[in-house]
Formats: sequence, structure tokens, C-alpha cells
Amino acid sequence: MSTFDTIPQTKKEIFTEILLRLADDRLILGHRLSEWAGHGPELEEDLALANIALDMIGHSSALYEYAAKLDNKPDEDHYAYFRDDIDFKNIALVELPKGDFAFTIARQFLFSSFSYFLYKDLTDTIDDEEFNGMLQKHFKEIKYHLRHSREWVLRLGDGTEESRRRIQHAFDELWMYTGEMFEMDKTFELATENRFYTDVLKWQIDWKEFINTTLEEATLIVPDYDQYMFTGARAGRHTEYLGFLLSQMQFLRRSYPDAEWK
Amino acid sequence: MAEVKSISIKDIWKFLEEVIDPEIPVLNVVEMGIVREVLLNEDKLIVRITPTYSGCPAMNVIEDEIRKKLKEKGIDHLSVVTDYKETWTTDWMTDHAKTKLKDYGIAPPEKSIDNADFLTNLKGSQKIVPCPFCDSMDTNLQSEFGSTACKSQYYCDSCKQPFEHFKCI
Repeated sequence: MSTFDTIPQTKKEIFTEILLRLADDRLILGHRLSEWAGHGPELEEDLALANIALDMIGHSSALYEYAAKLDNKPDEDHYAYFRDDIDFKNIALVELPKGDFAFTIARQFLFSSFSYFLYKDLTDTIDDEEFNGMLQKHFKEIKYHLRHSREWVLRLGDGTEESRRRIQHAFDELWMYTGEMFEMDKTFELATENRFYTDVLKWQIDWKEFINTTLEEATLIVPDYDQYMFTGARAGRHTEYLGFLLSQMQFLRRSYPDAEWK
Repeated sequence: MAEVKSISIKDIWKFLEEVIDPEIPVLNVVEMGIVREVLLNEDKLIVRITPTYSGCPAMNVIEDEIRKKLKEKGIDHLSVVTDYKETWTTDWMTDHAKTKLKDYGIAPPEKSIDNADFLTNLKGSQKIVPCPFCDSMDTNLQSEFGSTACKSQYYCDSCKQPFEHFKCI
């Protein structure tokens, strides 16, 4: 089933859709981060990025598992390995190639800070006990992800001429992909009415304030929030990069569907 | 099943103490606070566990080890359930477990502070973690991430020894 502009109808469908949107963002970014394993600029960072990748894939796994229960699917692998690119509901920001270290850090910073505000709000909003428990757990981990990338933004921005040039360039490149984080489409609106999601626009200004303060402290120029913003990935209109990512991530599972770790 | 009934819940907890965390081999799953509940539902034993860190690859192993251990003790009819009803925190670790961690060379987690003011404290000074080898306070954080999801790396400027700290969450 393709997802182009399909709007979920029942409560269960809306809930499942939210779980999948959150999970897809985290699986895809987790996979991108895992590409750093063995390629980090130094051993500590290699470990750090791999650790954060594991956390994010762990978050997606829990969310998928719950979605599978609601949606009568066999397990979380169904969502990760047996869907095509147009069925993925992640925003484009997370699927862009990993770029250089500055690009990865800038993206982590934008995504983790958004996740921080989102999870802070969701843990106060969600009634479902199991879902809320999951979010509370993930929220603790998001905090140290955010601390990690923020410190690197400061160090790179206020570092050498070359590090500053690279991180500034990264923010400039990434900026038009930040709009999707704050898009409230029909599905998110329905989900918010049913307390499965929240109105992210109510704290967008706090997020901006946090981004501005950090970038200024890092001596960086804050790009223009009102510039053209990429849109459509949540509905399945992805960049060309997602297909390549999936072909690598899904290859083994699709070629050997019954393979098991022994 | 007769065998199950002759074994008390207390015995089960004792058996579970024999299941060791594969990544921190001085601690068992009960001390870690991973096992939340053991109950008998008619003739089926249910062990409820909660994950430590989301990225912890040891969780599946722990589940298998629990199953293996209880089967070894003659309990065949059981299920190990993972849920998120409670959020695992390092505060559930017993003092005894923390001492064992320190003796093993890992600085134990301190009491967690739930700071609502996380964003403003981002700029604040790092907390001080005493060195597990020489107890010096003259240590500094090298990286928030270490050899496993649960640990960060520190360096002791007094005894010049790198050490790991069990992250406090």
C-alpha cells in the first residue's frame, strides 16, 4: 500500500501512523549514523556516533513493535525491512547522506533539539501508558544526545577557520529541511485531537530561541527561517537518497527472509 | 504443572540472581533492577523485565539467559515479558551493586537528578565523578560514550588512569 496523502481514519490507524512516523525518523537517522562506524574522526567519536545510532535504532524498534501489535503485523522487522521508499514516513532531513563530520553534527543538533522539545511535550500529553513509558525512557537518552551535538557545534563553530567554514556550510545546506519537523498536516492534527501527538507549533519559538542562542554562542550565522522549505517526505515523496539507503539496509533481510542470528 | 507449584516465587528470585549481565559480569539482573516482577498466572510463570538503555544489545541476550536459567531449574512453562510501564533508572541499582561496580573498576552512577531545567543547565559545569581506583576528585570527562551504551569515559588526573563511569539516568 502506498501512502501518498492517505489519511488514517480510525483511532487505531491514527495511532499506528504516529508510531511509524516517529519510528521511521529514528531508524533512518540511526542507519545514517551507523555509517560512521569505523570512520569517525577519532576513536571517542566513532564510539559516540555508534552509541547514538544504537539508541535511535532501539527507539525505532520499540515504536515499531508497538505499531505491529496495533496493526496486526508480524513484528518490527516488517516495517524496517519489507516496506518500499514511498511507504516510509520519515522527514527528508534524516535521509540525506551523512556528509562530513560537521554535517552529521549539525543534523544531529537540529534533530535532537527538536526531539527534546517534542518528547518533553509528548510525555506530558500522551495518555497511553505503554507509549508514554517508552517516550519517557527515550527522552532520558535524547538529553545526552543533545548535549553531545551541542558541544560539538560550539567547538566546531568557535574552532578553527576550517571547522567554522564546514559547520556553517552544513547548517546552510540543512536549513531547508528543517521545515518538515514543524509541519502539522491533517494526520498530525487528528492525532493531536486524540492525544497521540501534540501541536509542535506552540513551542516552535522556544526551539528557534535555543537554536539561535547556541549558534550565536558558536559564532555562527543563523540561516533564514523564512527561506524555501522542502516538503512531502512524510507523505512518501522522498529525496533520491532514501532508495539507496534502503537498498543497503534491507538487502540481507529481503534476500534471506528467514535468516536468523545464531 | 506440579514442579512449578513446588517452587516458590522467592526461589525464582534466587534463581534470577544467578543470571549475570553479559556486559557487566559482576552484576546480576536482579541487582541491575532489570527484573521488575515475577508472578504465577495459573500454571505459567511470568517474568516481567524492563530494558536499561534503548541501544543496549545485551537485552535480547538477557532475555534468553533468563529463559535458559529457569529451564535449567525445571521450569518450562514461562514467558519473559518486556514492557515500558516503568522507566528504568540507575537509582534502582542497590548500594551493594554499586560497591561491586566500583571494585570492578567502573565508577558507579550517582543519584539521578531530574532537572526540569535541562536546557539552562546544559551550560553548567560537569558533575564530578570520583576515580574508582584512587578516589580522587581530580577527574575529567573524556567522552559521554564508552564501550557499551551504559558507560561514559573519564580520566583521572591524579593516578593517570582512564576509567569508565556508569551513566546515571
